[in-house]
Amino acid sequence: MGTLQLQGLTRRYGANTVVDGVDLDVAEGELVALLGPSGCGKTTTLRMVAGFVEPSAGTVRIAGKDVTHAPPHGRDTGMVFQSYALFPHMTVAGNVAFGLEMRGVGKAEREARVLEALRLVRLDGLAERLPRQLSGGQQQRVALARALVVNPAVFLLDEPLSNLDAKLRAEVRVEIRNLQQRLGLTTLFVTHDQEEALTMADRLVVMEGGRVRQVGTAEELYERPADLFVANFIGRVNALAGEVAAPGAFRTTDGTTLPCPRDAAPGRATLCLRPEKLRFQPWASAGVPAKLERTVYLGGQTEYHFTLAGMAVMALRETPPEGDRLRSLRPGDQVTLDWLGEDARLLPEAAR
Amino acid sequence: MAVRGARVLFGASVAGAYALVLAPVLAVVVISVFRQEIVSFPPEGFTLRWYANAWDKREFARGFITSLQVALVATAIGVPFGTAAAYALARARLPAKGALNTLLLGPLAVPGVVAGTALYLFYVRAEFWVDDDIKGTTLGLVAAHVLLTIPWTVRLVSAALAGLDRSAEEAAANLGARPFTVFRRVTLPMLRPGVVAACLFSFIQSFENLELTLLLVGPGRITLPVAMLNYLEFRVDPTLAAVATVQIVLVGALMLITDRFVSLSRVV
Repeated sequence: MGTLQLQGLTRRYGANTVVDGVDLDVAEGELVALLGPSGCGKTTTLRMVAGFVEPSAGTVRIAGKDVTHAPPHGRDTGMVFQSYALFPHMTVAGNVAFGLEMRGVGKAEREARVLEALRLVRLDGLAERLPRQLSGGQQQRVALARALVVNPAVFLLDEPLSNLDAKLRAEVRVEIRNLQQRLGLTTLFVTHDQEEALTMADRLVVMEGGRVRQVGTAEELYERPADLFVANFIGRVNALAGEVAAPGAFRTTDGTTLPCPRDAAPGRATLCLRPEKLRFQPWASAGVPAKLERTVYLGGQTEYHFTLAGMAVMALRETPPEGDRLRSLRPGDQVTLDWLGEDARLLPEAAR
Repeated sequence: MAVRGARVLFGASVAGAYALVLAPVLAVVVISVFRQEIVSFPPEGFTLRWYANAWDKREFARGFITSLQVALVATAIGVPFGTAAAYALARARLPAKGALNTLLLGPLAVPGVVAGTALYLFYVRAEFWVDDDIKGTTLGLVAAHVLLTIPWTVRLVSAALAGLDRSAEEAAANLGARPFTVFRRVTLPMLRPGVVAACLFSFIQSFENLELTLLLVGPGRITLPVAMLNYLEFRVDPTLAAVATVQIVLVGALMLITDRFVSLSRVV
């Protein structure tokens, strides 16, 4: 196992910069997720680490060694592909043994290690099957075993769960995370699914347009997003345009005054509020008047959509018990919205 | 009603197409067992003596052996070269790929007689340079037949390469395989259906070629199609139909065997 360091990693195709100066340190045994919409450069970044794409600038270090220009077979990485990329003409055991064979591991040791790797992913007993005789989930586990058996310095996962159905995905997610932690694998994980990233990663790297928007733990990204893009990408957010008029007072473009943190710097900004921080009463009281547009019942939780000063905002709260007066709220009803100034976050305007 | 009518029309067209393609083949097989020497309807009776006659005429047996040898050697040379060319076209950074591709498929477009004449003239000139026989030798013939096998191979292997999942190759590289090992252990096995089909088509192309061969065979090195043509100059009896039937059965068997290993409908 080793560390992974990216410095100013850049890839250009003609005039088009796909990855733009990515800096990232992955510590030993850490799982870092590259997260972003399609086309954000996350997969290209991963492929530069694996050596399939030549960087236009910057460096890649694996376990301290500069491998920026090393060919794929000269880097100590183990990659799991989105399509699994199993060798269709080889058995499960043959697939898993391939990397060991390439490293010149003797037959006896090879067989023992293949068996061990297959046991690790609970596939012992299927060693002699061909990939096409396996289910999607099983193929995925063969791909994992094949990458793990060689003890790579860095473990690379390219959207490994996107071809599985929802239920299986949740299972495999836990399984991969357990394996990764148990074996202390330094891992770089590419995904477009924020839930996947939040549940699996030690740290997340949010990318957009080839650049890193923010790096941090799930809590940091959710509670202290650096900009509107991150705030929108990690979880849901109410974003209101306006300016900080006085300490603790935010004025929207149409003049409504809203609570905001007292230490906010004056000037134009976007006020961001997570839906669960928004409180409301079905009567007039201290706060901001708003109109209920619709409710969305989600079982344990309910979404309440309002219009506030001409802008749509959403509150998320536990579904009130039957008989609660909130249950009798109907679209068109007037309510009062309220939140703690400290729960709102001010982000630079035009962050996007 | 309209749908039903369309379906009947479609079925009839398919049946018609099959009949059109298979009728000559069937006719050859039927004629090969007619008793009378001059082919006419209705048959006066049936016999297998034309098969016996074909067996007795040694030029057919010799031609068969020559054709087999030439076809096997031409396939053994042409398929590796064609495969390499297809791989380079698909993967390497080459200038003028389109032109190169057209050039490699070229022999398909040139009529056999034209290509044969051109090769004949070229061989005459080349003999002058190397001061040795080329035209009329097995070497010259094999070289010409390699030309027949390459376009088929390039086409079939290119199609197989286009449908290949490249991430399997990347996975192999990621696991530590050098480029040539990746090709040998992963790419080539995955291309197997395409390569097998290329072998089959190359073999058939070479085995049954008449036009190009006609100008290049030498005495004592006659291929089967040329032997058949020679026979036709003096006699018109069902012996040729008998020889042709044997050929049809052989090629048919070859296709069936190949189909057991790779599904031909998937690659062609």
